[in-house]
Amino acid sequence: MKIAVVRFPGSNCDQDCLRALQDGLEVDAEYLWHKETSAAGYDAIVLPGGFSYGDYLRCGAIAAFSPVMRAIIEAANHGTPVFGVCNGFQVLCETGLLGGALIRNRSLLFLCQPVVLKIENNSTPFTRLLNEKSLLRMPIAHGEGAFYADGSTLAELEDNGQVVFRYVDEHGEATSEANPNGSMNNIAGICNPAGNVVGMMPHPDRSWDRRLGSEDGLQLFKSLVETLLSVAA
Amino acid sequence: MTPTITPELVHRHGLSEHEFAGIKALLGREPNFTELGVFSVMWSEHCSYKNTRRELKKFPTTGPRVLVKAGEENAGVIDIGGGWAVAFKMESHNHPSAVEPFQGAATGVGGIIRDIFTMGARPVFLLNSLRFGPIHDEGEYGRKNRKLIRGVVAGIAHYGNCIGVPTIGGEVYFDESYNGNPLVNVFCLGILRRTEIARGAASGVGNAVFYVGSETGRDGLAGAAFASRDLTEESRADRPAVQVGDPFRGKLLLEACLELLASGAVAGIQDMGAAGLTCSTCETASRGGTGVQIDLALVPKREPDMSPYEILLSESQERMLIIVQRGKEEQVKRIFEKWDLPYSKVGTVTNDGFMRVLDDGSVEVEIPAKQLADDAPIYEREAAPPPAPESIDISKLELLDPKRSLLQLLKHPSIASKNWIFRQYDHTVRAGTVVPPGSDAAVFYVREANRFLAATTDCNSLYCCLDPREGARIAVAEAARNLTCSGADPLAVTDNLNFGNPYKPENFWQLREAVEGLAEACRRFGTPVTGGNVSLYNESPQGSIDPTPTVGMIGLIEDEAWITRQYFRDQGDIVFLVGEVGHEIGGSLYLKAVHGRKAGAPPRLNFEKELAVQQLVRELIRTGIVKSAHDCSEGGLAVALTESCISGSEKIGATVGAPDFQGRPDIFLFNESQSRIIISVAPEAAAQVESRAEEVGVPLVRLGEVGGRTLTIDAGGTSFVWSLDQLHDPWYFSIVRALAHQDL
Repeated sequence: MKIAVVRFPGSNCDQDCLRALQDGLEVDAEYLWHKETSAAGYDAIVLPGGFSYGDYLRCGAIAAFSPVMRAIIEAANHGTPVFGVCNGFQVLCETGLLGGALIRNRSLLFLCQPVVLKIENNSTPFTRLLNEKSLLRMPIAHGEGAFYADGSTLAELEDNGQVVFRYVDEHGEATSEANPNGSMNNIAGICNPAGNVVGMMPHPDRSWDRRLGSEDGLQLFKSLVETLLSVAA
Repeated sequence: MTPTITPELVHRHGLSEHEFAGIKALLGREPNFTELGVFSVMWSEHCSYKNTRRELKKFPTTGPRVLVKAGEENAGVIDIGGGWAVAFKMESHNHPSAVEPFQGAATGVGGIIRDIFTMGARPVFLLNSLRFGPIHDEGEYGRKNRKLIRGVVAGIAHYGNCIGVPTIGGEVYFDESYNGNPLVNVFCLGILRRTEIARGAASGVGNAVFYVGSETGRDGLAGAAFASRDLTEESRADRPAVQVGDPFRGKLLLEACLELLASGAVAGIQDMGAAGLTCSTCETASRGGTGVQIDLALVPKREPDMSPYEILLSESQERMLIIVQRGKEEQVKRIFEKWDLPYSKVGTVTNDGFMRVLDDGSVEVEIPAKQLADDAPIYEREAAPPPAPESIDISKLELLDPKRSLLQLLKHPSIASKNWIFRQYDHTVRAGTVVPPGSDAAVFYVREANRFLAATTDCNSLYCCLDPREGARIAVAEAARNLTCSGADPLAVTDNLNFGNPYKPENFWQLREAVEGLAEACRRFGTPVTGGNVSLYNESPQGSIDPTPTVGMIGLIEDEAWITRQYFRDQGDIVFLVGEVGHEIGGSLYLKAVHGRKAGAPPRLNFEKELAVQQLVRELIRTGIVKSAHDCSEGGLAVALTESCISGSEKIGATVGAPDFQGRPDIFLFNESQSRIIISVAPEAAAQVESRAEEVGVPLVRLGEVGGRTLTIDAGGTSFVWSLDQLHDPWYFSIVRALAHQDL
């Protein structure tokens, strides 16, 4: 089993994602350079956070057209699990692998703070070890993380169970106060209709180690590894 | 058409007649226009420290852990054991931030990060120490200060967040003396193997000199000279002297340089910060004992028709000079092409000791490099103490309602929660932040080295205004105390000396007093100064800033179990004050914020007492019994207790008092006597604390216990009760509300 962590110019959570996989789970993971034209040989692909290509033009907009993304889109369409975190989520929306878009936070300010997430869909490769409705704690850190979709896309996401994570309060309620950035329906992460492509704004790559105050993020990476092992078996 | 050299032109370059005579003697001829520009930046205060160098020599700079000393390279390096070392430094970007807060602050962050990776270290975290005028006022200054803080915070966030180095702590203070002249001091720390320290020397005659990074433009022309002048109403016209930062390019440059350094191709590396290409060429040559020859025609440029003067003095950001080992030139090409960054071989290392700059083959600048870099004239400025501050007669001080006074103090932005600020900084990237902003010191787990580091910045400029020597001593003591409270052993210091125009005798006197105070305290705490920065000419039309010798201190926490936070944890825990109740009210924030008086002698620091208190607290932390530790500083005991109650994720109350105290309640609550730390321990551990304090002869006061939904303080027989919500609201929302103000 081998997992790729894509390195765009300006990725800055690439090292954190790689360590979460290598140190947190001791799985084989390596960087995949943005200029590569093939994603062959990888069982799963992680698009890390950061400011790919400086996020100039629009977050994730230029990365969506990088050579490696063409290969990743093809792999995703063939069922390879693809996981976008923060900027990675923005890139996935820009490529069209995921619906909707991420726009400026409601406050118009960058926000770095802990949030509570509720698992709304535990059938994706990244959530299968978690119970539905269980709560996870991890940080967000973004300026443009408010999830937005037009009415029909939003209804589709909700009806198909494609909402994977929602911002909630300590009691699991998706209140307006628990919504840090003004995301529609408190959406923190979604998947594609097939479920193999998942994007989320919060950072499991910063919550996989007891020393960081939360290990909840590790569950997502562990789910992926379990999924890959069960496919291999 | 190059201008002819006239006395007027020399004067406009900030060079005195005496200095110009020195330049002519050094060259044996008149300098040309470009050379005049080169001297003006290299011999500016910013680059040469000509007014402060004598003073800076007073700092202790050596110690068993010091691997690179102050002044030797771009940043000091300290051994942290296990084969690992840290490079760290603090630097100011005050002047640029005053005229263009967003870019000024952003490029400050970019510059300090480059200083750190120039040492071969991977930057792991940032701190910043900020000073602004009041932000709650209506009127012109209030509006201006709000604009400055919004811009500075956004600028720091812009650069730090994008480049992916977490901003995990620091301090923010507010005082009228910073009206229109904010202080932006940024600190960066990086990690490296102790055997892999990179040097900024042009070594190896014949080695190629490469220019890498962004193209040179006209931005930031002569910023170093700009930073060596007073800020005036006209300073806004200097906006071309402020550079524009590109954190994305900065990130690429960081990764490319670290990759190149790891490849073994680099003989020397130097960032182009202040004075850009000029400074990096002559400094590398000076350090290498060599010469450097470059041709400006080979420099990547952003605009056509730039003159040699403009190219040499540009402070365009995200550029480095790299001296490449002979035969390894292909490595540079391979790595910089991989990262899509411009690079160009611009020259070679020579053996004649000259900084020689060609303009498409013809010699434009020819100056002995060592003399240019190191032999700026050194001055001893006139020093004279300002009038003694107004003294305070406590018996004549009106006794106001202490209950209200505490709420006023909590609302003061120097004390109020900085959540509006640090939420805008990515403080969790790099997955190592163990104690986030908001406790006494930030704690970071450096994964590469498996080490826990603590770091803090401190300076009470109110004390320094009233007594710069005592204020500076206390700045060091408080930094060490903050580290102690987090469970760390203090290791070393970087300092940022922010003062007014040194030609005013009282400013120079303040500087000298502060330096001597810092030096003495650093010796006593065993924390050598490994580098830093001097920022003078911090003047606005209203006058000089309060002297602000900011101390950045780092510490090491040997065992994860020792990491301690400032807030109370469990009901029933016993609260102790390690140290005495105290009585000194001079220079306190209480006097200033509640009584409107910036007066009195600041508290006195007794080193023996301070060291003993810190030693005891560290020792108790290491026995595993200390559940919280918080130092008493601005606002005294009452503010420290409040913070212990409300700054954690769960608020919890306390009932405390000192039965033996006799005197005014406001003195009990708000005095700022030094050498005091509040700790809490489980009830069964209380006896151990008491007996150990007695054994080592450290005063200890059993204040009370943790619990309930109020903070109740018995201050000399009178009891004051505040609900936790009543305390939390002004503290948490003061800055948020001030900045929600629509300044249209």
